[in-house]
Amino acid sequence: MSAVMDNERIDQIVAKHDGEPSSLIQVLLEIQSEHHWLPMDVLKRVSQKLQVPMTRIQHIATFYKAFSLVPKGSHEIHICVGTACHVRGAQRVLDMVEDMTGIKPGETDLDLKFSLETVNCLGCCALGPVMEIDGKTHGKMTPAETADVLKNYN
Amino acid sequence: MSRLNSPAELEEFRQGILSKRDPDKPCITLCTGSACLASGSAGVAEAIEAEIEKQGLQGQVEIRKTGCHGFCERGPIIVKNPEGICYFQIEPGDVPEIFSETVKEKKIVERLLYSDPDSGEKIVHEDEIPFYKNQERLVFGSNGSIDPKSIEDYLAIGGYGALAKALVGMSSEEVLEEVKKSNLRGRGGGGFPAGIKWEGSRNAPGDIKYVIVNADEGDPGAYMDRSLLEGNPHAILEGLTIGAYAIGACEGYIYVRQEYPLAVENVMLAIKQAEELGFLGENILGSGFNFKVIVHQGAGAFVCGESTALMTALEGRVGEPRPKYIRSNIKGLWNRPSVLNNVETWANVPLIISKGAEWFTQFGTEGSKGTKIFSLVGKITNTGLVEVPMGMTLRDIIFKIGGGIPGGKKFKAVQTGGPSGGCIPEELLDLEVGFDELSKAGSMMGSGGMIVLDEDTCMVDVARYFMAFLADESCGKCVPCREGLRQMLKILTNITEGRGKEGDIELLEELSETAKEAALCALGQSAPNPFLSTLRYFRDEYEAHIKEKRCPALSCKELIAYYIDPDKCQACGRCLKNCPAEAIIGGKKKIHIIDQEKCTKCGTCFEVCPAKFAAVTKISGVPVPPPVPEEERTVIKKSKKQ
Repeated sequence: MSAVMDNERIDQIVAKHDGEPSSLIQVLLEIQSEHHWLPMDVLKRVSQKLQVPMTRIQHIATFYKAFSLVPKGSHEIHICVGTACHVRGAQRVLDMVEDMTGIKPGETDLDLKFSLETVNCLGCCALGPVMEIDGKTHGKMTPAETADVLKNYN
Repeated sequence: MSRLNSPAELEEFRQGILSKRDPDKPCITLCTGSACLASGSAGVAEAIEAEIEKQGLQGQVEIRKTGCHGFCERGPIIVKNPEGICYFQIEPGDVPEIFSETVKEKKIVERLLYSDPDSGEKIVHEDEIPFYKNQERLVFGSNGSIDPKSIEDYLAIGGYGALAKALVGMSSEEVLEEVKKSNLRGRGGGGFPAGIKWEGSRNAPGDIKYVIVNADEGDPGAYMDRSLLEGNPHAILEGLTIGAYAIGACEGYIYVRQEYPLAVENVMLAIKQAEELGFLGENILGSGFNFKVIVHQGAGAFVCGESTALMTALEGRVGEPRPKYIRSNIKGLWNRPSVLNNVETWANVPLIISKGAEWFTQFGTEGSKGTKIFSLVGKITNTGLVEVPMGMTLRDIIFKIGGGIPGGKKFKAVQTGGPSGGCIPEELLDLEVGFDELSKAGSMMGSGGMIVLDEDTCMVDVARYFMAFLADESCGKCVPCREGLRQMLKILTNITEGRGKEGDIELLEELSETAKEAALCALGQSAPNPFLSTLRYFRDEYEAHIKEKRCPALSCKELIAYYIDPDKCQACGRCLKNCPAEAIIGGKKKIHIIDQEKCTKCGTCFEVCPAKFAAVTKISGVPVPPPVPEEERTVIKKSKKQ
């Protein structure tokens, strides 16, 4: 993952949305999904191209959960803490992950290995509690199984 | 494909599709909704395709990858048509047998059938399985029979017929009247009558008006809108277009969470297909009506499910709500009249138009017409999406369809309405579901989350859970929500962690009152509901936490301890081996004990202790008994004891 995104690619994304200031969120989403985070230089470029002040971009980038202003780890762990998973013991799964990775939800470890997030429903409540790592779903987790799964990424 | 310019051309096109389809041709439908994908249905699809190729059955056996069938507990699901044989929990390894037995020999593979948990009886067809049998799947039923990526599948089951009927056979007033007569109420939360909302926009001044699909389904544990959008996107587009015609809108938006990638993909494809065939765009079906639809991906903010916040987000700004002195159907997106309904509401519209309001109103109760899809999850045997007529009792939904509580546990409550709703206790299980009935019980319909809670669920923790969710999702614009919820969360957390004190309940009630009265939008106004409803029905649990520092459900981590009963421990070593914290001290023929200092209370020992010993117990409200002295720790086998 490069530290910066080249300007040409940013301009392409902006052009795809006709340079419309009202498309700001869509532009940022596209950059986020491609680059996994929003570096300051990229935001400045978007600000210039869309003619939207940086304050508004910062407001949006910090308000919505999809955006990250810091780099993400190479493995993204999502723990579902939707109600169904919660009552089936999602907290115990989360405790175990926090314990093993040393990070809290919203954080990335110093080696940029793991990023941990909680999500509110992955839509597969039958499998709860659910943990998703890099898009792969692990269902019916217990703390012991969580530990086993995480060890595979070490 | 060229554009269809009239209802006659549409009908001709439909007949063309049907004439090419042989109803007797073997077809394997496979659920590829998000839930089944998570349980591995992509692998099953590959296996089926490979088997078709291996057996040289291309063109003779069809595979149809459909959206969610609803019975997520037993996914991945296969239905072999035309016989309608249902197989559950399919793995790629089962596929060759399905082909050799069912496809070729027309025999049934017994072991893959649904087996009734009570009688053990094997059931072959979907409509005989209790989970499906007791439902009324008007809106959700098509999901299991069409490929959401194929507009032809949708047309084959009569899709866009309602649109043709509305645009060419009815005036826009008539369409509006029909929807008003149906008394269709919003399925997203508040239950506001859709027809009245539409009429407001229709009569509002201005030439430019909008219709919007609220697919920002954010209630944790609810995924019916997701499944509808993923599984039957054309139905929503058709409903939206009919709505646009009724109010005179020329542009529609679908606000869908980016966390739902499959829904985004399928709805974008559906729009493209509908444009190609002329169900969207200029002069739709030769009626002179123009309409286009734009997809806007939500970037993740629960508050954006609120109408004014959603519209602000559509404008590319931070999704904060505004006071509603003027409703958004009069002044909404870009200050223009905008009708916002949720996915399920829109999906009901084509049914009402094609079959009539009279047909629609035969389902449901006096105040709540039609059906409602619920996401039946939590401590329930049959997790899944269920569609039932309004007025069915909670007991029937949970026990007849849902199969009751797994593991022989006792039902405690059902949480409906998501973070804005509340918990309904056992004594109200015979309550008929409906907008007004649920509100009266201190909960609400909400978007249709139905989370079943059993005796192991702590009600104070449930209230704390929702408060934590809402405090985190509060946009921060108004004080009662931003500060009030934070304080409520602090107090509830204190209670669940054993720091509750006299007066906490009263203070929580006061904060609730303030939020209800003074918060800007529904998020804050309804935020106290989970607390208030649990207090109303489970006050004793709050008091036990505060006064005795005891969690009656043995769930709150800070208030419980794990303890091995020395009289029951048989030194099997399971807990010792599995404890991730290495907190268990034991050995061969030695009674195991838990080092309370090291114990992280993860509960692994409790789970792995064999049921025949049941030596590990949870205790709360009393001190942990001191460990057995070293010299008395030799296990005396039960059988040898007199």
